[in-house]
Amino acid sequence: MKVEGKQAIWKEYQKDIAGDKYFYVRSCVRQNFFPGSETTFLRIMREELGKDIYEHPCHTTCTGIGYHGDVVPLDTMMTVVARQFALMTEAGYQNLVPSCITSFGIYTEVLDTWHHFPEVEAKVREYLRKATGREFKIPQNLAHASDLIYKFRKEIAQNAKFKLVDKETGKPLKVVDHIGCHYSKMFPEKGVGGAEYPYVLAGMIEDWGGEVIDYPERRHCCGFGFRQYLVQANRGYSVACSHKKFESMEPYKPDMILTNCPGCPMFLDKWQYAIAEMEGKTYGKDGYGIPVLTYEELAGMVLGYDPWDLGLQVHQVSCEPLLDRIGIKYDPLKKYNDKNGVSLGVPEKPSVMKVS
Amino acid sequence: MKKKRVIVIGGGISGMEAATHLASMGYDVTLLEKDKELGGHLLGWEKLFPTMRMGKDVVEFLNKGITLSKVNVIRKAEIVNAVKTGEIFTVTLANGNKFESDAVIMATGYDLFDARKKEEYGYGIYDNVITSADLEEKFLSGKPILTSKGNVPKKIALVHCVGSRDEKVGNVYCSKVCCVTAVKQSIELKESIPGVDVYCLYMDLRMFGMHFETLYKEAQEKHAVNFIRGRLSEACENQDSSIIVKVEDTLAGKPLRMTVDMLVLMVGMVPSAGTVKVGKMLGLKFGPNGFLKSMDQHTMGTITNIPGVFIAGTCAAPRPINNVFVDARAAAITASSYLEGYDIEKRISYS
Repeated sequence: MKVEGKQAIWKEYQKDIAGDKYFYVRSCVRQNFFPGSETTFLRIMREELGKDIYEHPCHTTCTGIGYHGDVVPLDTMMTVVARQFALMTEAGYQNLVPSCITSFGIYTEVLDTWHHFPEVEAKVREYLRKATGREFKIPQNLAHASDLIYKFRKEIAQNAKFKLVDKETGKPLKVVDHIGCHYSKMFPEKGVGGAEYPYVLAGMIEDWGGEVIDYPERRHCCGFGFRQYLVQANRGYSVACSHKKFESMEPYKPDMILTNCPGCPMFLDKWQYAIAEMEGKTYGKDGYGIPVLTYEELAGMVLGYDPWDLGLQVHQVSCEPLLDRIGIKYDPLKKYNDKNGVSLGVPEKPSVMKVS
Repeated sequence: MKKKRVIVIGGGISGMEAATHLASMGYDVTLLEKDKELGGHLLGWEKLFPTMRMGKDVVEFLNKGITLSKVNVIRKAEIVNAVKTGEIFTVTLANGNKFESDAVIMATGYDLFDARKKEEYGYGIYDNVITSADLEEKFLSGKPILTSKGNVPKKIALVHCVGSRDEKVGNVYCSKVCCVTAVKQSIELKESIPGVDVYCLYMDLRMFGMHFETLYKEAQEKHAVNFIRGRLSEACENQDSSIIVKVEDTLAGKPLRMTVDMLVLMVGMVPSAGTVKVGKMLGLKFGPNGFLKSMDQHTMGTITNIPGVFIAGTCAAPRPINNVFVDARAAAITASSYLEGYDIEKRISYS
């Protein structure tokens, strides 16, 4: 593997990412899947980096799941997107930052459509005007939230309390990076590093002390893919996709998987449990799974945030072995307490995969 | 009477052959070549399809023509300006030397498609992904064909149409020579590596030339080369540096996943940087695929929009060597008739 070959490609896919004053739109599902991630992102942006990042209480779904699931028509989706733009315009912001990869894909697709077909934009403006009386400006800059963490990865590294290094051996942790399909596979030039060798997560891993693993099924879908999972009859495809990835990465002995999509960490995390129950096989060390983190969780981890504030306790695969290897302290007794210290109850243990 | 002068730009096959013929017809010919040696891409090719004769034999034939016809050859010629003033062309080199002529032959050739643009194939990243030109270099060296780790490959796949017939990279045209080059190189691989399995991954096979079909049949029947109809979707590297290829076998109707020790990308032709640079200087028109445009596809091949400038060889379109020879001689004749006052445009009655 020649890294310089990848570096040449990375140079070609650099995008303009605004430096401050962001309008943040949350994901429909991430607060259920990984409840600490978006909060952690806002904390990092505001407290660590001192950025102005605003979220509007009235913003809604982008309709991406419904759109890709063929239940929301294109015109409806574009009008909902136009409303988000209107909220941003009214709040006095110009830089849109979606939390969700599918939303990022939706916004990118809509802006590209309007760029090539101005008459469609005019039609959507009319729909929005009739429905809500609102007007909007096109965002000056569109960046996914992971683009922002990538942009400020060196600042985060400077403030970091921990590195992605095994505290016993001093060796870098081996990290698999997995990009959401809608981040750059539809519009390679809109993603840092493009579609084939994306750099957005790899850049974070490198700057925070880890080592990126390139394995044969790196490009393969995580297993979510709306039609694979949302159509119940297709769920076998979903778990088969994840299984293919785990089998492919296993010989490289990864310490963790890093993701930037709502669906990928969900499925790569939870299907490890399902595969363990179905096949009796686990992919981490000593009967554990491979921890799967969001980029916000990883940033919070290196910055020394309490793992339970990051939401690592809701992962299916235990993160404690990873925390131990890095040397991050945590209180096991508080793992399943709420913010007031009251126990939420301890989940049942799986029959095959080891958990802490 | 003073001899009429012709500048031939480019010292590959077409430039050498056109220069030879023009000089043999009595013109004062100057051949400008950017490299230190004449021969162009042919210098990097060991054996030629479909006869497997040595490329160096053809270079020798071309060189002899240049010598016998007394063509004035300027090597390492970097052109910084080329203009037509009145009826006279002036070409200026980076060293300040100027050359004047009454006609110009553009023989600026092609560049090989940069396989790195097909990012999903991993050229320049994966150690065992090479191009057809790299493989030819290995053949030329005379050394055994080995993987990056020095092992004898057991399985090799050749990917057709890399950078050709591919809208994603902006090249919709066929490069003509890659299919038969893959057949030729497959046979050479089978002959040089005992027991190796060779797979050609193709869209369709364009065996248009005389004897190409015979070579293709020989590859299957005599050498047991496997031809799989399907375009490669991606290549990935294994831990041991072998390459996983994913392709749909469209005849079997099944997705195919295979591990090979070496992947060879059959790179096509793109207009050379020199073609673009000098073509713009002279005000020549370019076709939709970026190659130089002749005034009419059927009747005015070799003739350009600028009177006195003629095109020969692969600066106009991808062509195999035999066609380039014919094209070069045609360019010499059309240039000569122009210099003798013949106006072919008088024959044009269509718009």
